[in-house]
Amino acid sequence: MSILIDADTRVICQGMTGRAGTHYSAAMIEYGTRVVGGVRPGKGGSRHLDLPVFDTVAQAMDETNANASMVFVPPDHAAAAMIEAIEAETPLIVALTERVPLHDMIRVRDALQETKTVLIGPNSQGILAPGLCKIGVMATGSARKGNVGIISRSASLTSEVVAQLSAAGLGQSTSVGIGGDPIHGLAMRDCFKLFLADPDTHGVVLVGEIGGREEEELAEFIAAENAGMPVVALIVGRHAPTRRRMGHSGAIIQDAVSSAEGKIRALADAGVSIAESPHLVGETMRRAMLVAA
Amino acid sequence: MKLHEYQAKELLARYGVLTPRGRMVEAPRDARRLAEELGAERFAVKAQIPAGGRGQSGGVALVTSPQAAATATQQLLGRRLVTNQTGSAGYAVDKVLVEEALEPSATLYLSLLIDTATASIVILAGPEGSGDIEERVRSGEAHVERLETGAGGEVPRKDIEALAERLGLSRDLQSAFTTLVGQLRTALIELDATLIEINPLAVTTTGELVALDAKMILDDNALFRHPDLNALRDDEDDDKIEMGAQDHQLNYVRLDGDIGIAVNGAGLGLATLDMVHAANGRPANFMDIRTTATSLDVAHGFAMLLENPSVRSILVNVHGGGMQPCDIIADGLGIAMRRTGRSCPTIVRLAGNNAEYARFRFKNFGCKVIDCPDMWTAVSRAVDAAQSAGARQ
Repeated sequence: MSILIDADTRVICQGMTGRAGTHYSAAMIEYGTRVVGGVRPGKGGSRHLDLPVFDTVAQAMDETNANASMVFVPPDHAAAAMIEAIEAETPLIVALTERVPLHDMIRVRDALQETKTVLIGPNSQGILAPGLCKIGVMATGSARKGNVGIISRSASLTSEVVAQLSAAGLGQSTSVGIGGDPIHGLAMRDCFKLFLADPDTHGVVLVGEIGGREEEELAEFIAAENAGMPVVALIVGRHAPTRRRMGHSGAIIQDAVSSAEGKIRALADAGVSIAESPHLVGETMRRAMLVAA
Repeated sequence: MKLHEYQAKELLARYGVLTPRGRMVEAPRDARRLAEELGAERFAVKAQIPAGGRGQSGGVALVTSPQAAATATQQLLGRRLVTNQTGSAGYAVDKVLVEEALEPSATLYLSLLIDTATASIVILAGPEGSGDIEERVRSGEAHVERLETGAGGEVPRKDIEALAERLGLSRDLQSAFTTLVGQLRTALIELDATLIEINPLAVTTTGELVALDAKMILDDNALFRHPDLNALRDDEDDDKIEMGAQDHQLNYVRLDGDIGIAVNGAGLGLATLDMVHAANGRPANFMDIRTTATSLDVAHGFAMLLENPSVRSILVNVHGGGMQPCDIIADGLGIAMRRTGRSCPTIVRLAGNNAEYARFRFKNFGCKVIDCPDMWTAVSRAVDAAQSAGARQ
């Protein structure tokens, strides 16, 4: 099995008629994803990639029985597209758009409250359940079906981790790009809970980086719940270029400055195996799985 | 985008926020003329750099005559100001703000910002605004109140009034405080700002709240809807190179080492920097090629690396995707080498889409690259190449 998506997931694409939307929708169809339609205001009634195009998400959901929407809308309209999908009660939204303004994301998160919608992203590469379904932009050449879940803030590193896992003989149940932006949908910890509940996920790789406190929150959860699931973490950014700062509020609002070292320490203390270098993730997971078995 | 104090104050004045009378000047004689025009007893002459900590670092002068304002301006202009917020490079001062200096009866700390952890707007306020507020909060000496806002950044008026009361403000000032918070909230949202910090906020002897300082950061990702604010950009030379790179879909940061680095993806870039350091190498830059970059954009990036005299080897660590297969990166390097007429030991690690075709493109361009099967081998070879080039010199 997989989390969030499976072979029966029916996907519409908001922004399917654009250049990137067309390219990636076609690639998803080729992979075997059940793409059932697209949304582009003003182009309702037309066809694109041999699929029906609708003016609104609500119409598309009604007519196609879709249960997931991929948002490939430029930054100026991305938040409105996400909110439209939330209001249409889309169970799963995968937002790939990069550079969505922060104030817009506050409105999106407000709209999400008290709904059943799960939002992945924005600035996500998408979700891949190898052999079953792909919603997103990732290359699939080195992905293999298997039992390792991936939670990642970085698209490029996910490709690397997938390749290393497959080379180590470890397939993946689902690979989730939770998004690289500071305000996004599904949190790292909540994604981990989904993997814990999935009988076919036997280990989880976490790909994190400097910034935010989600790795620390996940570490707290793992320490408290003593999950029993082998978890390997790769945290990058120990030597990130230092940014000059301005004002005092940022320092006042966070108890500790969130450094790569702080995250690594928190996760290691919670019993997570740390991949000492980005090229050692596959090997570290292989060993962690052996120990667990 | 970080704004200068004078820019932030001009913007906030549009929302009704009170600021001291004054203007930005770029020459001592303008400072004198402005001071004469203001006709105050005391003047503040403040270096305009997009960072705090100026007061403790000699970036602010309090003077009592127009002539002294001119002298202070002369002393600040052309200086490089290093504060606890600028990093060791500091900022060059080419503008100063000359204002009437007020004698507040008390000061406050007030800030509105986006808290990414809760996806909301947060209000921070404390008695006694000052430059060492962080240290005083950490040591428990000062206390900063935190007020969460609801959907749309709305805060009930009574909550703000209660906050004003906890700050010890009189009833008249409570009303002024509530109005000010409303003005700042509107400004934060309308300007797409991620931070507005007023520190100190002066309580004047006449019972008004005046922003003695203002720090504002705008969301770069929202500047597309604020062309007027985009025009406020006042970058240093280093930042101009970075902004120029942005126009070519490159996230570029210059560093002080000797290994030029090109990757596609921010995470892969951070990972590569970490590995180079682990191999005892020193990166000359961080360069993340975005998916939207064409081969000509990529060529612009490689030309920056080739033209950097510090660069002794180039490390290319890329994972080809659907929109940006490896051959686009290869073409970019080939074009840059032809354009600049320069070359440099280049170590590549290609994975993902069209890696094989990229190798063929390198051959076509006559690029002699050292092709490595994995990241760690590539990183080690790049560090070795830079070190042996350094030893030869």
